[in-house]
Amino acid sequence: MTTLTIHNRMLEIGNGRAAVEVWEAGEGTPLVFLHGAGGLMPNDLFFQALAAKFHVYAPLLPGYGGSEGEDELRDMLDATLHTGDVIDALGLVRPALVGHSMGGMLAAELASVAPNDVERLALIAPAGLWLDAYPIEDLFAKLPFELPELLFHDVALGERLMTAGLDLEDPEFLAEFLITSARRLGMAGKLLFPIPDRGLRRRLHRIKAKTLILWGESDRLIKPVYGEAFAAAIADSSLLTLPEAGHLVTHEKPAQVVDAIATLIDAG
Amino acid sequence: MKFTWFNLMPWPHLPVDFRERHRSVWVDIPSSLYDPKKGHEVYNTYLDQLEYAESLGFDGIGVNEHHANAYGLMPSPNIMAATLARRTSKAALVVLGNSIALYNPPIRVAEEFAMLDVISGGRLVAGFPVGTSMDTNYAYGQVPALTREKYTEAHELIMRAWKEDEPFAFNGQFTQLRYANCWPKPIQAPRPPVMIPGGGSIETYDFCIENEYSYSYLSFTGYKRAQLLMDGFWNRVEEMGADKSPYRAGFAQTICVAETDEEAKELYAEHVNYFFNRCLHVYPGYADAPGYRTVKTIKKGALSQFTRSSLGTLGKLTWEELVADGHIIAGSPETVIRQMQELITGLKVGNIFCLLHIGNMPNEKTRLSTRLFAEEVMPKLRNMWPEWADDGRFWIHPLETPVQTSTPLAAMAEAGQ
Repeated sequence: MTTLTIHNRMLEIGNGRAAVEVWEAGEGTPLVFLHGAGGLMPNDLFFQALAAKFHVYAPLLPGYGGSEGEDELRDMLDATLHTGDVIDALGLVRPALVGHSMGGMLAAELASVAPNDVERLALIAPAGLWLDAYPIEDLFAKLPFELPELLFHDVALGERLMTAGLDLEDPEFLAEFLITSARRLGMAGKLLFPIPDRGLRRRLHRIKAKTLILWGESDRLIKPVYGEAFAAAIADSSLLTLPEAGHLVTHEKPAQVVDAIATLIDAG
Repeated sequence: MKFTWFNLMPWPHLPVDFRERHRSVWVDIPSSLYDPKKGHEVYNTYLDQLEYAESLGFDGIGVNEHHANAYGLMPSPNIMAATLARRTSKAALVVLGNSIALYNPPIRVAEEFAMLDVISGGRLVAGFPVGTSMDTNYAYGQVPALTREKYTEAHELIMRAWKEDEPFAFNGQFTQLRYANCWPKPIQAPRPPVMIPGGGSIETYDFCIENEYSYSYLSFTGYKRAQLLMDGFWNRVEEMGADKSPYRAGFAQTICVAETDEEAKELYAEHVNYFFNRCLHVYPGYADAPGYRTVKTIKKGALSQFTRSSLGTLGKLTWEELVADGHIIAGSPETVIRQMQELITGLKVGNIFCLLHIGNMPNEKTRLSTRLFAEEVMPKLRNMWPEWADDGRFWIHPLETPVQTSTPLAAMAEAGQ
């Protein structure tokens, strides 16, 4: 895959309430991608795959990267409305909306709260529901070295992707890592801690968008059975489960995920 | 000096292979390891020890709050303090404390603390910890990034509830009360002395200094490791222009006293080992929920003793190393006096929380160590801060003539009265 030029810029939201870093690349149909609790990786390969087909905008949630203003985002409604404000500030009208994990939860919330503003929705292993028989593991009690096994089908690939550039033995790096992690997961905790359920199940019926629900068959964090629960709750939806992929199906099967999204967007 | 006898109330029956078979003493430790019938004896032995400490002249007896924790069996410190309120008459009841972000609505704490203060005749020391991440976030489900804000709001409500003489409306982010109205009110007006347990959050320094609360560092790693953190506190005291009363600060120290240094090792080494090896076996993933600490505190590098699994190494230290590094103060009365003087002058503290029961220490040994400390050590340390002897701002002010609680009827019947 050739590396695309990614444009980073800052966007002011709500008269200074938040400043949002936006990654932008590619041409064609505008598409907004909402990242998961881990944020975007350096040169994120799923972002690149999306940008090869679409005009992608990936705003970082406050607390992630250069985005600030997380103190004002206290709960799910705050974060949902903020997401709507970001799309508005980008000058986009009803772009395709794609979200992964926590970002999928945000996308589903936005499509529920503003059903007339979202026409094409792709939820990739979204959080937001809770099934007692299939408890979701506690992401907030994991140590860095435990994550690849939890998030990837191909654990070796996960280790390569997640530890690239990490040196936890270096005290300076460690301090920086702890601050980054505290900011990101501190924000994520307001949406996901201690149970990633903020009542989305009561709102999913409001979604009008044509919706693709996509899951990695080996997802150990949010098991694929959750895909069926989302599909049952969203009227115009279809469920696609990809084999040999974990929770980061985005990074294990980027081409297939992008193809499925293209099919959704092209469908009449 | 003020000495408070403290018992963490550990479960003394953790199996020998606990470390190998379980990843944490806290949060996800299976409750099948707890035996309620044995627990009956454990609780009552521990409570008897607290009462015994009062009879030996300790200024205070202390309890605290932990959840899903096998080394701290007091999920409700107020229940423990209530039993002590009726069976003691002089010692301060140091409740260190109630994790006020966990009580809903938090006016419950204002009420229960007032009850304890009234029942005990004004002997309550009120502690308000933010609570560890293990307790507050993992065991009790509070959102890490909002925990401090919730704590701050709860503190505001409690203080106002004690102060106001009329019902008032309280419109908080977490608690809304149309009629905030605290019945009863505490004897110690407008509030009992307050102690704030801290573990290195710099926001806590300022909070204590501004409100005239005593900063209490509850460390298990001993006084030598505490120097940096306490220096940070005293620097803030100076910067903020407050006086340097040693009663602004307290420190918890594990102490073992015997007739000789050798005897101390012989008597207590296995129980100290139990504590450091089994009780402090905390899974690092539970140490600090992301967002629980402010970025400002992380940047200062003054992280809790639980971060980066620093505790894991303590269990490997020998008795001699634990003593040399000051993790524990142990030995003959002379040895203990010398080290305690070092601690008190080094950290400049007026309050000592004496951890004289350690790990699975049996009752007789606990009482021996406690008695030797009270009789041989305490008198030699009493007047270390003579210039601050009259500083009453950080200690209890009980009623001069409290009622005498009656002897239980059953005991009277047994005595043939």
